[in-house]
Amino acid sequence: MTKSFSDLMRELRAVIREVHPLEVDDLTSAADRALAGPRPAIVDVREAEEWEQGHIPGAVHVSKSYLEQEIESAVPDRSRPVILYCAQGVRSLFAAQALQEMGYTDVASMAGGFQQWKAMGLPWTTPVVLTDDQKRRYSRHLLIPEVGVEGQKRLLESKVLVVGAGGLGSPAALYLAAAGVGTIGIVDFDVVDISNLQRQVLHTTDRVGTKKTASAAATIKALNPDVTVIGHEEVLGPDNVERLIAGHDVIVDGTDTFETRYVLNDAAVAAGIPVVHASVFRFEGQLTVFNPPAGPCYRCLYPTPPPPELAPGCSVAGVLGVVPGIMGLLQANEVIKLLLGIGDSLAGRLLLFDALDASFTELVLRRDPACQVCSEAAVEARKAGRPPAIAAPTGPTAPVDPAAAGLFTLGGPGLEPSAPAVAAPSTAAAPSGASMETPA
Amino acid sequence: MSVVRIPPVLRAQAGGHKKLEVEGETVGAVLGNLVALYPGLRDQLFTAEGALHRFVNVYVDGQHVRDTGELATPVGRGDDVVILPAMAGGDG
Repeated sequence: MTKSFSDLMRELRAVIREVHPLEVDDLTSAADRALAGPRPAIVDVREAEEWEQGHIPGAVHVSKSYLEQEIESAVPDRSRPVILYCAQGVRSLFAAQALQEMGYTDVASMAGGFQQWKAMGLPWTTPVVLTDDQKRRYSRHLLIPEVGVEGQKRLLESKVLVVGAGGLGSPAALYLAAAGVGTIGIVDFDVVDISNLQRQVLHTTDRVGTKKTASAAATIKALNPDVTVIGHEEVLGPDNVERLIAGHDVIVDGTDTFETRYVLNDAAVAAGIPVVHASVFRFEGQLTVFNPPAGPCYRCLYPTPPPPELAPGCSVAGVLGVVPGIMGLLQANEVIKLLLGIGDSLAGRLLLFDALDASFTELVLRRDPACQVCSEAAVEARKAGRPPAIAAPTGPTAPVDPAAAGLFTLGGPGLEPSAPAVAAPSTAAAPSGASMETPA
Repeated sequence: MSVVRIPPVLRAQAGGHKKLEVEGETVGAVLGNLVALYPGLRDQLFTAEGALHRFVNVYVDGQHVRDTGELATPVGRGDDVVILPAMAGGDG
């Protein structure tokens, strides 16, 4: 016996439940899942070109042509409610029948389809469309559900500020660029020195003597033309920090002086921008994320900087080249997690790395309720236009002689190092190793 | 006997050791015994008044002693005591 199209439609409507667009909107936007039940999967079964011109937010696209092949990966749980829609509510009826045959137990079709949805003024969105080149370039990201097209688009729209194009900033910026972070600001006033090349992989031998910002931009551009590099050839300080960090989503702290770290911390807390912090010393490194109120800020941990003789930088103490490489990449990892909103950030945890032991140690960091910068009182004071007065670290500028600092003297019992005694707290509060190292 | 981890920046004053086993039932006692052993560490860890410098953080089994009783924080046998002064050291 032959059946007409209208016969088929009549039969389908008898066995497939149809839901009104308003009902779908209620189900998807219900704030109280306990009352609303499990969130239904909204599946758009139209063709790719139709999907690209706009779809229901949160829907997944499985073209009706590939429905049977792809639905099991899109909606693995056959007992999960599924609502299908197409342009007018016809193709979705046929699709619903197919899903029922496959054992999906709670399948409905949205009456009137996407046209009705739009006509009722319900919210819709246009999907992110990557160029063909971008689809190939980021294909390994696109395959990860936690990144996907949406995540990649978010990376491409992100702005990250890398302070210091040195040992930490080099690997961080390189991988952030490769990952497709769309705008990378780089703050560095220095020129490339041959002694940098043992670890600062953004730079090359033929660029010795050129500006680090220009060298970084050249490397990044060659790696990924999607990335806009904004070089800031200046020393980050109290006078320019607000301008430099404004508009960025995350900051990578790859600096080498206490002065910069404190200035950056205080401004970033005020601006609400997370700082991914790392430091390295010989075979060891440490890493955390400062993003109060999630975890502490730098000043919670160290309200005052140490005196310079306790704080030598890499130019005097040395560092194994791979250590800033590893720590810089861990910074890039934290940045990407923050940008994508996935995983557990290191906020509130300090990760110590020891290259010789090949070990990681994790310490718990808590906020200081009396912190001068991120405590509630400090935040209130800032809102009221009374920022807490903090002695900005301004220390002596001569590099510290490690021998004079007792660093290389083996101080056994009874042997005082030749270093001067640690400054008393009152003077220690006025700082320190501002210039431990010019990153030469 | 706890294991005190000496940060790289202080190792020269601690006989070059990375880890030291030190007696003591509180953080104060452990660090007191440590500086008795290596007096060069005293000014690096403590103020003239005997308090920990604010740029030196100490962790017992991963917890900051500021949250667990400062120098009175109890230290059990085999506990890890980590001394961590602020590290300048970026690598610009």
